[in-house]
Amino acid sequence: MQPFNTFEGLVCPIDRINVDTDQIIPKQFLKRVERQGFGQFLFYNWRFDQDGKKNPDFILNQPKYKGASILVARDNFGCGSSREHAPWALQDYGFKVIIAPSFADIFYNNCQKNGVLTVILDPRKVDRLIRASQEKSLKLTVSLENQVITGGFEEHFDIDPYKKKMLIQGLDEIAVTMSYEDEIAAFEKQRA
Amino acid sequence: MKPRTIADKIWEKHVVHREKGKPDLLYVDLHLIHEVTTPQAFGGLRMNRRKVRRPDLTFATVDHDVPTSENRETKDPISKVQISTLEKNCKDFGIRMADIYSPMQGIVHVIGPQLGLTQPGKTIVCGDSHTSTHGAFGALAFGIGTSEVEHVLATQTIWQKKPKTMEIKVNGRLGFGVGAKDLILAIIAKYGIAVGTGCIAEYTGEAVHSLSMEERMTVCNMSIEAGARAGLISPDQTTIDYVKDRPFAPKGAAFEKAAREWLSLATDKGAVYDKTIEIDANEIKPQVTWGTNPSMGASIEDTVPDPDSFATEEKRESAAKALAYMDLKSGTPIRDIPIDVVFIGSCTNSRISDLRQAAQVVRGHHVANGVRALVVPGSQQIRKQAETEGLDTIFTDAGFEWRQPGCSMCLAMNDDIVPAGKRCASTSNRNFEGRQGAGSRTHLVSPAMAAAAAISGHFADVRDLVETK
Repeated sequence: MQPFNTFEGLVCPIDRINVDTDQIIPKQFLKRVERQGFGQFLFYNWRFDQDGKKNPDFILNQPKYKGASILVARDNFGCGSSREHAPWALQDYGFKVIIAPSFADIFYNNCQKNGVLTVILDPRKVDRLIRASQEKSLKLTVSLENQVITGGFEEHFDIDPYKKKMLIQGLDEIAVTMSYEDEIAAFEKQRA
Repeated sequence: MKPRTIADKIWEKHVVHREKGKPDLLYVDLHLIHEVTTPQAFGGLRMNRRKVRRPDLTFATVDHDVPTSENRETKDPISKVQISTLEKNCKDFGIRMADIYSPMQGIVHVIGPQLGLTQPGKTIVCGDSHTSTHGAFGALAFGIGTSEVEHVLATQTIWQKKPKTMEIKVNGRLGFGVGAKDLILAIIAKYGIAVGTGCIAEYTGEAVHSLSMEERMTVCNMSIEAGARAGLISPDQTTIDYVKDRPFAPKGAAFEKAAREWLSLATDKGAVYDKTIEIDANEIKPQVTWGTNPSMGASIEDTVPDPDSFATEEKRESAAKALAYMDLKSGTPIRDIPIDVVFIGSCTNSRISDLRQAAQVVRGHHVANGVRALVVPGSQQIRKQAETEGLDTIFTDAGFEWRQPGCSMCLAMNDDIVPAGKRCASTSNRNFEGRQGAGSRTHLVSPAMAAAAAISGHFADVRDLVETK
């Protein structure tokens, strides 16, 4: 996993509550056995019409959001299916940070395991971000170390210290857990 | 000792490592795997030359991609690779697998309980959000992503911050013609799809403990649709009776000992939950969802709501978008909504009692003109049982398709797809946009209500169609 530090990028707003993982990546694209290459299918049913042509109204297809790498959305982002293909698709498309007032649990975990930073902000602050990024091109800088977002905005955010450490160091969690092998073996022995 | 909830008891029994400032490292008793969320996990193991730590605690089947046609031939070459990849991974890593020709094959959340792999007090994970189903047994069961699947394969453990506990107290009793599916849909309609975020939900109350195990599975299955990490029910005699004599359950004296331990896991009197929500079972009527998330629900007696009737701007916008997608007008009686497709199946409602309920409604009737209706049993064992009881004939005589087990039209990864613009009465768990096929429109209902819709051609109140016993 790539370590996460300070990141600067263009903001794209998805002005919806309850964006589910079926929208982030529809099921017909879950058949691949690789981890890469899912970005082309991100928000597929919103980005493309039924003939596979780009839907010009969908926000990611608008020229001013080309190259966006920070996604801002409303409550309960990533609800529904546990498919890790959702963060894979977001990451492969170029998103590195997702900001919302709340996230569904499994999606939140899945992002962290892939080095995608999920930032929880107060709904009013998210609303300001969404409106600002709809009006003009908005670039933000996100510092995980200092837990702060800057760039016309200055917002502090909270994050679980363990999650923060894992993201900053980009650690292989399995290797970390394997260092507890003695304890795992002892647990198994005691239960046997 | 301080009274504890079942969630607390199971959690404490599974902590391998605890350290301040870190999540707990929990031991996993059962890891269920399927073809869609595992190939990348095994890929990671191979790349790092790691082994599966406990193949004996891992069990695989194929369900998401597989065709439900009689010959079970996968036409899609990409699905074919995904299925054969799981077969190869299981073979190489020594994992037991119920492949497509196995008499044990079926939907992962149906076969776990059926085989007795699912037992009270276990920690159970699977790369599928509906793993909450197994909570019906008083197990701590939750869905995980593929990175976590890889982690569990390699270490048989998972890092988890302890969620909060939430009691969902169901008072009274469900009325005639109202089932477990109506109960869970009503809970979600009342409290929303995020009420359980960050929580383990425990269903309590008379109405819950009077449910059969299969009905409890339907309720716990949709805990994730209420946003909960897991959903469970304290074990009682119904639980013990169900697990007894299952192939992977303990036998003889070992079973008696286990049963005593399982019963002792039940939440202690006076235990405190972080949060409690309540619903009155007596007031619940047969449910039908009208929108594009599971909380957008109404009863069969209601009309499609007016978006302006919602409290916040976000919800008004969301309801308006949902009605546009669903092509519904507010004020339309739910029972006047015509349907094109009926799907009876999925990890929510494909068990033998679900099929019996649907068959009871269908018997002596025929599927309405122009409606395509499918029954997809949850497992080979259920299919066989239904055939022994003659349910298959009731369905096929009525014009239903009688298919082979799999997830099928719940998520439409195989060929069972609802065409764009068509409307489906579905016993599955999600009515998200495009869930059953791009442009498809899903209404979530119980098996009995799906059957009633199939023979009526529109939604109908099952209480009018089935005589009171």
